Amino acid sequence: MPRLGEVAQKIRSKNAGPFWLTVDIFCGNETAYDTVRKGLSTSAVAGSFGVNSQEIKRFDIADLHVVKFSLPRPFIQGSTHDPDMHGASWAALLADLTLENAAP
Amino acid sequence: MTTRVLIPSGALGLNYDQTALDRGIAMRPDIIAIDGGSTDSGPAYLGRGVSKYSRASTKIEWRGLMQARAAAGVPLVIGTSGTCGTDSAVDWMLDITREIAADLGQSVKVAVLRCSQDPSEMGKMFADGRITPLPAAPEVDQASFTSCNNIVALAGAEQIAAALNTGADIIIAGRTTDTAIIAALPIMRGENAGGAWHGAKIGECGALCATNPQSGVVMVEFDADGFTVIPLADGAHATPHTVSAHMLYENSDPFILYEPGGHLDVTGAKYQALDDTRVRVTGSKWVPSDRYTVKLEGARGAGFQCILMVLLRDAHYVKNASKWTEDIIQKCRAKVQTRLGLGPEDFEIELRLMGKNASFGTLETHAAMPHEIGVLAIVTAQSSELAMEIGQFLNPYLLHHPLTQAEEQPTFAFPFSPAEISRGQTYEFCLNHVLTLTDPMAAFSIQEVQFA
Repeated sequence: MPRLGEVAQKIRSKNAGPFWLTVDIFCGNETAYDTVRKGLSTSAVAGSFGVNSQEIKRFDIADLHVVKFSLPRPFIQGSTHDPDMHGASWAALLADLTLENAAP
Repeated sequence: MTTRVLIPSGALGLNYDQTALDRGIAMRPDIIAIDGGSTDSGPAYLGRGVSKYSRASTKIEWRGLMQARAAAGVPLVIGTSGTCGTDSAVDWMLDITREIAADLGQSVKVAVLRCSQDPSEMGKMFADGRITPLPAAPEVDQASFTSCNNIVALAGAEQIAAALNTGADIIIAGRTTDTAIIAALPIMRGENAGGAWHGAKIGECGALCATNPQSGVVMVEFDADGFTVIPLADGAHATPHTVSAHMLYENSDPFILYEPGGHLDVTGAKYQALDDTRVRVTGSKWVPSDRYTVKLEGARGAGFQCILMVLLRDAHYVKNASKWTEDIIQKCRAKVQTRLGLGPEDFEIELRLMGKNASFGTLETHAAMPHEIGVLAIVTAQSSELAMEIGQFLNPYLLHHPLTQAEEQPTFAFPFSPAEISRGQTYEFCLNHVLTLTDPMAAFSIQEVQFA
């Protein structure tokens, strides 16, 4: 099974305000989009971040070949234990996820 | 009718392409609008009420925009002045403007929109139920508000419109939503409201909605049905993909955007290429809300910090770095508590292993052994002096602590002397709330200033 980072064209994580993190997975084409959409479950993403699936908002955007996840920030931005002020590194955590044939 | 908004860049301080700006002025814009900040750089700027960008850089770029305004004969507006948009940051921007006006011999009327809130007043409003939490808001009580160093309310289109209605040449606004400074004039002139907010969101980061995103300058042309995005730098092209993809950017929901007084819904938006540079967007919807709310941002002190750095290069210590740091924290904490008479809750010592798992901590999935590790030590305490003294307790451990008593005393690499670095006061964001207003101007004020 391929890793997400091998299939997606680009994965970007950013702050959406100080309390939310948003991860945009740009698949680049329809084939990759289908592979990611079907192979990346919300629960796998939740597992990576150590949160419940219910805390994650998911958007499958066919027109853009993008799968997007938004979740409360793992640490509030700039709080004592926050390792990443701009939330940019978290994309790399998802890049390692293995894509399965499971439905999302 | 159309309303043209010229956006020089995503933020004052990020620079802009002068040729593209001149091209924009030649197209006769109705307003020049630029953002001056965001929360993205962290809570310290709001906590201190200061800008993250250099004053000299800000002044050079603002001077160029004041000259462009004079050439175009239209209003120039900056939102979220000085990164955080507090009254102190607004005053900083006003001082810069005064110096430039004198320097250029410009006679300008300035409207200043102030957005700072009185923390104790906000605490009372919270107690009265007029302030309510947004999703993922931290737990707060009345004291959380009064403990804030600064609270700002995010102004929307109504407050910017009030400032424009003074007839000012320049509007220096405190904290606004990123979109309000762009959407305000098109809404005032009766352009399509959905298009006004949507086009404002697309344009708020300058040319980030196009190719060659660093070029900055973009024109958004609003009308009765929608808007058109026109990037102005050489090599910058907007496509339906670059424009629609910008709705993803730093938005938790790519279809819905909440603003004071309602929300934007772009679910039905249509993106059409007019040529290889311009994109036309229609079908965006503005949905007014029953209540008029403005978002609040607040920052308060979160202790004082001292940091130290040490490098581990010895393979045995690199391999056992977690055990080494755990042992140091335990021994150092015990010594600090005994010698300074502190309780366990009075201070914190954190050692992050950079090169191993400093990004994700226990969530890290890679276990490969690096050849060296940077150890970032972070001490947090209730005063700067105390944090520095605990840093001095930590220093000899970081320099010489052995994994076992049996070995010869090791020494590790300090890059600095003194090893302890004061970070001073640190801050935290503590509000993710909205304030309900009956009059949009109730939490804001406008001051008119004339520079001769």
